[in-house]
Amino acid sequence: MRYLPLSPTDRTEMLEKIGVTEINDLFSDVPTTALLKDHVDLPGHMPEMAVDREFRAMAEKNMPAGSVAFFCGAGAYRHYVPSTVDHLIQRGEFLTAYTPYQPEISQGTLQALYEFQTQVAQITGMEVSNASMYDGSTACGEAVLMARRASRKKKAILSGSLHPQYIEVTRCATKFTEDITLINPPSVYLVDDLIDQIDEETSCVVVQNPDFFGNIQDYTKLAEALHAQKALLVVVVTEVVSLGAVRSPGAMGADIVVAEGQSIGNGLTFGGPYVGLLATRQKLVRTMPGRVCGETVDADGKRGFVLTLSTREQHIRREKATSNICTNAGLCTLAFTIHMTLLGEKGFRHLARLNHAKAVQLADKISGIDGVEVLNKNFFNEFTVALPMDAAEAIERLADMKILGGVPLSRLYPNDPDMKNRLLVAVTETVTEEDMDRLVCALKELVK
Amino acid sequence: MMNKQGRPTDINTAANLSPGGVTTHTGNRGLEQDELLIYEIGDTQRTGVDLEDLPVFESRLGGITRDNEIGLAGLSEPEVMRHYTRLSRKNYAIDMGLYPLGSCTMKHNPRINEKVARLPGLADIHPLQPISTVQGALDLMDRLAHWLKTLTGMPAVAMSPKAGAHGELCGLMAIRSALDKRGENRTIVLAPESAHGTNPATAALCGYKVKSIPANKAGRVDLPALKAALGPDVAAIMLTNPNTCGLFERDIIEIADAVHAAGGYFYCDGANFNAIVGKVRPGDLGVDAMHINLHKTFSTPHGGGGPGAGPVVLSEALAPFAPVPYVIHGKDGFEMVEHVTGGAESFGRMTAFHGQMGMNIRALAFMMSHGSDGLARVAEDSVLNANYVMASLQDIMTLSFEGPCMHECLFDDRFLEGTGVTTLDFAKAMIDEGYHPMTMYFPLVVNGAMLIEPTESESKQSVDQFIGALRHLVTQAKLGNSALFTGAPYLAPLKRLDETLAARNPVLRWRKTD
Amino acid sequence: MTTYYSEEHEWISTEGETGTIGITEYAQNALGDIVFVEVPEVGNNYDKGDEIAVVESVKAASEIYTPVGGEVVAINENLESDPALVNAHPETDGWFYKISLSDKDELDELMDAAAYKAYIDGLE
Repeated sequence: MRYLPLSPTDRTEMLEKIGVTEINDLFSDVPTTALLKDHVDLPGHMPEMAVDREFRAMAEKNMPAGSVAFFCGAGAYRHYVPSTVDHLIQRGEFLTAYTPYQPEISQGTLQALYEFQTQVAQITGMEVSNASMYDGSTACGEAVLMARRASRKKKAILSGSLHPQYIEVTRCATKFTEDITLINPPSVYLVDDLIDQIDEETSCVVVQNPDFFGNIQDYTKLAEALHAQKALLVVVVTEVVSLGAVRSPGAMGADIVVAEGQSIGNGLTFGGPYVGLLATRQKLVRTMPGRVCGETVDADGKRGFVLTLSTREQHIRREKATSNICTNAGLCTLAFTIHMTLLGEKGFRHLARLNHAKAVQLADKISGIDGVEVLNKNFFNEFTVALPMDAAEAIERLADMKILGGVPLSRLYPNDPDMKNRLLVAVTETVTEEDMDRLVCALKELVK
Repeated sequence: MMNKQGRPTDINTAANLSPGGVTTHTGNRGLEQDELLIYEIGDTQRTGVDLEDLPVFESRLGGITRDNEIGLAGLSEPEVMRHYTRLSRKNYAIDMGLYPLGSCTMKHNPRINEKVARLPGLADIHPLQPISTVQGALDLMDRLAHWLKTLTGMPAVAMSPKAGAHGELCGLMAIRSALDKRGENRTIVLAPESAHGTNPATAALCGYKVKSIPANKAGRVDLPALKAALGPDVAAIMLTNPNTCGLFERDIIEIADAVHAAGGYFYCDGANFNAIVGKVRPGDLGVDAMHINLHKTFSTPHGGGGPGAGPVVLSEALAPFAPVPYVIHGKDGFEMVEHVTGGAESFGRMTAFHGQMGMNIRALAFMMSHGSDGLARVAEDSVLNANYVMASLQDIMTLSFEGPCMHECLFDDRFLEGTGVTTLDFAKAMIDEGYHPMTMYFPLVVNGAMLIEPTESESKQSVDQFIGALRHLVTQAKLGNSALFTGAPYLAPLKRLDETLAARNPVLRWRKTD
Repeated sequence: MTTYYSEEHEWISTEGETGTIGITEYAQNALGDIVFVEVPEVGNNYDKGDEIAVVESVKAASEIYTPVGGEVVAINENLESDPALVNAHPETDGWFYKISLSDKDELDELMDAAAYKAYIDGLE
């Protein structure tokens, strides 16, 4: 078997050294009723070629985004990842390295994390960032728990235009803790409506920008109202490319920013693994969950990097830890860092403006279809479209035409009649004018 | 000057000397090259990406724009390639050498896994495209679920948790939901003293208080103490099996029965599944919920710290409470249940979208490559390698508990008494010998713990070489050559780092200095 | 001014109704380099034995339980910028907080300097 180096001779010699006759002697502590006599009922080992064939067959039953006109978003976005990224993350020294608990032999991972933390702090407009979390949605849940620690109050208010799955995840994360979450319906999301809900028990208000439906707001006034009550503003960003063109949460007065970093360096991969970002103010650093990397020197005075502030974490603080999180997004974090470095300031801003320009282009074309309306006043690279028919059905028919036309809102709001005819359409730099015209043409046919 | 923890505190001027005594102008030493931060090499003008020109358009951002400089550093493609290649060469990795890290299972990461994970049909699919367009993806998830259930002998599996710790949370939430449904307000979770830190941290997130159960002289859960601690207030026990001392809990079935009789549930931390995969099914031991670390037992890459994946197998009793989403067989193919509807008892959703598909692909490729026969061999070889290491070192290092061990063996620092060398010092000297240190100071039940797990991926030559290196180091320590240890590592890209400074004065990012 | 000691290696120095509390030389030596001290808030009330502070070294965090109950009237502001004070001067400049004693009789349950010295000698 190609992954198992021990030969029969090796095994014999080793058993002899140990002082037993057969391998099952080493399993003598297992209750006899529990030690299996036969192999479990699953196929036997396969050559690599056969494994390759099996997976190709499964892959062939899917419709990859790159083979069609593609407009799906809703929290996961298709951007072009430069080839350099994948080549670098596949280097064995990155791919097969462990968590950098031994910093002397992990400076590759640690220095890249330090660069990552700087990039995240910069794009969110905040002072510090951690070394990443599982994804944006779990980071959102963690932010609410962090806001409780920081404010010493328990009531978190969630904007109705947060990604609905982020709302569910936050609800779940706080289900058995002391937190109280006030969850607003989709209609309650405007700054003034949220300000009305703040009281002296509020720990934080959680908003998303651009929000789930694509709308952009300035939350500065909300931040001020919260700070007056010694509460925190948490801003969620599901499309980090927007930070290249839209005012940063930090500039609006956010206290905690959480984001989904998948757009940079990481493909769609059917929903995971992704990259959760969490950034905050320096003074809140000790309430922050997750791993964090810091600068120091070695015994010769040379600069180096180490994991630090570990006493917040589970392996030391155990039940008093800020979170139970043990991993970060590791390789996905590195992919983010490398892509961001390739982009740089110029490339990142250009990428953002290009996304927006194309979205504007498509929104204009769609607005020209009779019976179809773009609902957003403003948006970045994603907007909500109202069709004169069931959006989920429209999407199925478009798929038959090799167009993945967007995400029908009924997929996420199955019980809301207002959402039945609505579609979320995303446009990134990967969309061509030909793609747009195909979509518009097809929609025109469908709604006739 | 060293502080109390053997960490350097005095900053001496950097000696630009290689072990051979040669100084260089660049500070580089042959193939070992130093590398500054991207912020010190790059600038805000350079970029390594070409994008099409912007068309003429009217902004629809509502005036909420970002006009100030962000400050991101950019580099051209060749510079990026060089920068990260140089950084990579400062890392130890499985591809380079043995990691004896107990409880981490640092096995080989097969490259067919990487290849199939990158097939466009698996990598370039959106989680919310129509279900009819991703039947192959759902098939894959279903097959992985089948392998996990069959290997563990459990009827159900939750596939969405994003890491082992996330899986622990899933299991405990299912338990809490089951108890809430019964109308029982149990507030305590029992865990052994040797439990991994995620266990109590997770219990706290579910509103539970943790009560510690001591270990007996054989390094296993003290059964009478456990039975005494059980009662109507105990929601669950969290056990790792084999435990964190590398030992199989002989009384496991009796433990499970006692917990169930008291109305509680049995959560099993599956971190050490590598020792028993294909040989023992946790379902046969009375487990109610167990997370599986795909990045441990099933070879998905550690990637410098992640991503992980932690699917959770569940018993009949807990299956109804499993989180959404999950895959089911519908009339016309696979479907996905994404919402908690009607009378469903799911405790909710733990993550946006569906879980760690990328890791699912890799884990399934590993399972299919090994097959049921190969997986049983994985367990056997991992246990064989660990026992061989134990047998080869127990005369000079102090074994904490009598063997046989499972896939990892535990030593403590008694053999270093009087040498002036601590477990930390010993570990740092291993770096100079070309090894990543073993797991140190965990579990907490012995002093200066050293937990060694070679895994099944190591050849006999590799293990013999490792044993030889450790025997050499022990001899040196006992000969009083403590300088070899207290100043180690001498040969790594950096010497010992000042972690006190990093914690007292946290500098967590680069800042522009004017 | 009298100083008392607890078995958990805290000292309390009383002057009238106020006590100044910190950890002993023995404790700071066992903990290693202190990197952070989480002190209580001024104005909060605690009972004897309540968790009142946390001392962090690089690899460990230790809870401090107040040896006497009362209201916290002051905290050592210098600890935030210089936690190393606890290592260098644990029984003087490295104090953690001052408390207004709610029950002076609780001091009777603590040790005096001689008894504490005997106690730590017995530990080694």
